[in-house]
Amino acid sequence: MMNVNPTRMELTRLKRRLSTAERGHKLLKDKRDEMVRRFMEYIRKNKKLRQEIDEKLAAAMSRFSTAQAVMGESEVAEALLCPAREAKIKVGKQNIMNVDVPTIRFSVEENKADLPYGFAFTSAELDQSVLDMSDLLPLLIELAETEKICNMLADEIEKTRRRVNALEHIMIPEMQETIKYISMKLEDNERGNITRLMKVKEMVTEDAM
Amino acid sequence: MSNKNKLSVVGERDSVMIFKALGFITRYADKKDEIEKAVKQLARDEVPVIYITESAAEKIPETIAHFKSEPYPAIIPIPDKSGSKGLGMKGIRANVEKAVGTDIFE
Repeated sequence: MMNVNPTRMELTRLKRRLSTAERGHKLLKDKRDEMVRRFMEYIRKNKKLRQEIDEKLAAAMSRFSTAQAVMGESEVAEALLCPAREAKIKVGKQNIMNVDVPTIRFSVEENKADLPYGFAFTSAELDQSVLDMSDLLPLLIELAETEKICNMLADEIEKTRRRVNALEHIMIPEMQETIKYISMKLEDNERGNITRLMKVKEMVTEDAM
Repeated sequence: MSNKNKLSVVGERDSVMIFKALGFITRYADKKDEIEKAVKQLARDEVPVIYITESAAEKIPETIAHFKSEPYPAIIPIPDKSGSKGLGMKGIRANVEKAVGTDIFE
């Protein structure tokens, strides 16, 4: 219970605060529910992408290490020295339930050569792993966006949930109890007053008789 | 030069070299402080996306947690050449647990 003076003014003030808190609680609860719903959509997508990438990227990388073994590390490094394409992205902002999350899009570029090197000194494994990687690129970018959104939403949901809980389990019950205390105290005073008046009246009538 | 439209990758030389073919900014790092330095430098250069191999990500959990709630950069763990250790999945699980309270994916 809060430490307040049991006055009528305090009582009205508290009642007003309580109704604000209750409205806030309802709003926050709705916000939390909607955010969880959105979050579930993104996290499902995230999970699917993650599984796909874990699988495909590991395969591409192991192919790449085969290429390294076949060609020798310095030759591979040399072949990749000058990238044929530049992975470019466009970043923006998106607002999900008042959370600013990034959008990361693959920005399309003019079609350049698929492979950054000539065929003379490189092996087929290297070709294949590089091509695999470029196929994976859009997925990788999508994963980056989705995962970031999930991280940020999870954070915000946790915060909102804390607020909802604090209102629900601490603030609102505390205020209700204080309101009850004040109104009881006031009623008690009132009763005391009435008894006193009755007593005085009795004494006065006794005097008059 | 602006780095706002670039992608970058941090990790062991063998695993991340292939990203060079796609024009990523590649940083080779093995040790903890090297990885940390590379990630922080990329973040300072405003590169919006940093992919990091799982084995490298395992070494710098604090740095990754630090950037987690900021819009940029997005630090995304990827498997390295020996396959996935499940760190990415673990991240998803952690998010679900944080948001919903329990792990609902089995």
